[in-house]
Amino acid sequence: MDLSIFGFLVQDGLATGAVYVLLAVCLVMVFTVTRIVLVPQGEFVSFAALTLAGFEQRQRPGLAWILLIAGGIAFAMELYGAWRRRTRRGLAVAAFSFLALPAALSAAALAGNALPWAAQVLLTCAMVTTLGPILYRVAFQPMAMASPLYLLIAAIALHFVLVGSGLYLFGPEGVRTAAILDGSTEILAMPVAFQTLMIVAASLALNLVLFAFFGFTLLGKALRATAVNRRGAQLVGISPDYAGQVTFALAAAIGALSGILIGPVTTIYYDSGFILGLKGFVGAIIGGLAAYPAAALGALAVGLLEAFSSFWASAYKEVIVFTLIVPILLWRSYAHLTVDDDHE
Amino acid sequence: MNDRPHARHLKGPLPWLAAALLLPLVLGPYHVALLGYIMIASLVTLGLTLLTGVTGLVSFGQAAFVGMGAYTTAYLTTGWQLSPWLTLPIALLLTGASAAAIGAVTLRMSGHFLAIASLAWGISLFYLVGNLPWFGGFNGLSGIPPLTLAGFDLRGEVPMYYVILLCAAASFWGVLNLLDSRIGRAIRSIRHGGALAESVGADPARLKIAVFTLAAMLAALAGWLYAHDQRFVNPTPFGIHMGIEYLFMAVIGGASSVWGAIVGAVVVTLLRQVLEDTLPALLGQTGNFEIVAFGILMLLVLQRARQGLWPWLVERLGVRRPASAVAPMAMPSIRTLPARGEPVLSIDGVQKNFGGLVAVNRLSFQVEAGGILGLLGPNGAGKSTMFNLISGVLNASAGEIRFLGRRIDRLRSRAIASCGIARTFQHVKLVPSMTVLENAALGAHLRGRSGLVRSVLRLDRAEEARLLAEAAHQLERVGLWAQRDELAANLPLGQQRVLEIARALAVDPVVLLLDEPAAGLRYKEKQALAGLLLRLRDEGVAVLLVEHDMDFILGITDRLVVMHYGQKLAEGAPRDVQANADVQLAYLGAE
Repeated sequence: MDLSIFGFLVQDGLATGAVYVLLAVCLVMVFTVTRIVLVPQGEFVSFAALTLAGFEQRQRPGLAWILLIAGGIAFAMELYGAWRRRTRRGLAVAAFSFLALPAALSAAALAGNALPWAAQVLLTCAMVTTLGPILYRVAFQPMAMASPLYLLIAAIALHFVLVGSGLYLFGPEGVRTAAILDGSTEILAMPVAFQTLMIVAASLALNLVLFAFFGFTLLGKALRATAVNRRGAQLVGISPDYAGQVTFALAAAIGALSGILIGPVTTIYYDSGFILGLKGFVGAIIGGLAAYPAAALGALAVGLLEAFSSFWASAYKEVIVFTLIVPILLWRSYAHLTVDDDHE
Repeated sequence: MNDRPHARHLKGPLPWLAAALLLPLVLGPYHVALLGYIMIASLVTLGLTLLTGVTGLVSFGQAAFVGMGAYTTAYLTTGWQLSPWLTLPIALLLTGASAAAIGAVTLRMSGHFLAIASLAWGISLFYLVGNLPWFGGFNGLSGIPPLTLAGFDLRGEVPMYYVILLCAAASFWGVLNLLDSRIGRAIRSIRHGGALAESVGADPARLKIAVFTLAAMLAALAGWLYAHDQRFVNPTPFGIHMGIEYLFMAVIGGASSVWGAIVGAVVVTLLRQVLEDTLPALLGQTGNFEIVAFGILMLLVLQRARQGLWPWLVERLGVRRPASAVAPMAMPSIRTLPARGEPVLSIDGVQKNFGGLVAVNRLSFQVEAGGILGLLGPNGAGKSTMFNLISGVLNASAGEIRFLGRRIDRLRSRAIASCGIARTFQHVKLVPSMTVLENAALGAHLRGRSGLVRSVLRLDRAEEARLLAEAAHQLERVGLWAQRDELAANLPLGQQRVLEIARALAVDPVVLLLDEPAAGLRYKEKQALAGLLLRLRDEGVAVLLVEHDMDFILGITDRLVVMHYGQKLAEGAPRDVQANADVQLAYLGAE
């Protein structure tokens, strides 16, 4: 391996690693607030890339169906809940976010092929972001008090539903979206693609935005309060349902952006999300599903490891990345001996 | 409350086994093969039931262990011409050893780490096997020899069906035996907090690894059967999606009972068949529709009936637990109680700091045999911290705790339990799904020797009878004999606290540590508890009582230690302490 290949691999690793960072940070965020290990996080990524590619290839937007159907179910659940509690509170908001918004976005998506590129990206992000709270409402809200293990099983079940629907709606073919930026520049006498720079910059910017959101806004602080103590947060007026839906919207939005970023550099299939999400996980586990900076660093390391292992032993790429979890868990299990589910 | 006169009674598993033996006479080869496949799946699910429902661990990676079993025999029988009967123990040992290693790494952390790690190893092994040339890559290995027995060729649906049935029946028998044993009770206690298992001297970490290994070996057995049934293996049936499906089977069937494993395997496998046959025609397109249906079904089960189908079936069929046939008989004590008045527990200058906070500050006192010592104090005085220091949940920052002259302040909870120091919990910790008798027998854990293998093979019956008789004796002693066959979950709180004391007594303790035993009790129950404690004292047991119910503690203790802000405020006879001005100030704020 000479220096130019090394440089290329580092670039490649940093670019994919930067996307894994976003996924890892989302997983940590969702887990701390809702105790859900969000396996379908990867589906937000793949569905965004597939939807954008659909617009580019002038196909009908499959995501609209998921939005409309799941949104309809979510609203029906809200209606049923309102009927049982004999109250109309919250129905207007639910009608907006579960019916009106999906309908409006789906209508826009029907005309999406004619839109300029930037509008298509915006529309894609809006659709995926809208999907987040809907999925939380339908799949997780009815069992929000269950143990993390049951929530994890539910997350896997939801992943099954989304992947199966994805195959039906998007088809089995892989897609690559059009490059966002062409050309390259030279850094340290090495050609660096603008695309790579943009991914890294976008990831960095998003992380800063998240940092600011959780550190300085009331909503961010409310989510953090929920993460620390659900019951306590509820007592001071933060609805855990609301916190869950907002967190899912955030996770979906970041997932969508990740999909837009990674779409031009990686071929995305309907089921690519699972592996992508799991790689984010390996990173997140380095942070013990709790610490943001450690999770981000871990995810970056996963990207680099993947780039180098695909050069040396491409058939064993996945094996190497997923076996990495064993030494990490070993290290964590000795570094944090007191971890126990048992709280008095 | 379990008496439902009109309910039909399920008479044990034997009629079902007989039916299973006769089924090939009426079914065609396709359905016999399908049944065989269901039973192979139920073996994997049985392991998962042990993991998920009994122990509270979740693994999505069981399919990888199935693959390990299948590939071991496939490789050794095709490449090395070994007999399948030889590869069976090899496959079991190899898979068991791998699982023990993986378990040692992951099981020390909280539950969801194992689950996530299992996803990772499931994927990792799938790609590894698919890429290794020795195992035929993604094309797999074919030409696996059929099973033969004494010259008879066992190929074909019906002979294989009986081989599978035999393996499945033996496995279910073994697991049922295990759950109904000393080790089984300890295993069933794990999911209700490691502290409970530790308090009776069991090692939850080792038990978890043992259960995980056992589950993996059941999966390996399934894999071995699969390989010789299909006589061809490739990585696909052992991938992560199959691992997830096995878990779905366990949850849908009902992970709390081993029979849920069969129900789940039947429902999921048949549903898959139906969906694969009908959905593509219905939707006019091929695809993975069944996983959508499974996902939705799974979400509904999780949201509406997290216990799965089995408890629902039990209610419909009116299955009843048989009454226990046990007569109370005390086991010979393993310890000699020290003479009355002899100090058994000496706390000497003990301190505990949490960061800058000094929760217990240079506290010294003694507990004497045949006496009840009350540890009293307002909320936040450090009573519970002191209790945890003695029982080994926390380690002291300074000072010494001695038990009959031996230092115990560095020992772990289970070592302290084995010395003869038994405890109860402030928030009652019982295994709600076990009977009162079984919960009491959990306390006698250290008075038996039988391990996992003896339990599985039912070689532990003589000892088991002695343990249960001892538990029955303790129930009689505390006055819970009449409730022995009730589920612990159905007892009122007062009786649950008394049951905890029975469990602690089954440890054969020299010292009994009781953490707020009167909390939440009604007047009558408190009186009964006081009577019980006085009787125990007269029998020579030393009791340390942490309480803040003044009336209760003043009535029964011989001596009181009052704590305030981590320090000893007063010590002495209840009357004197009650008159102490400092104590009155701390409690009542009186000038």
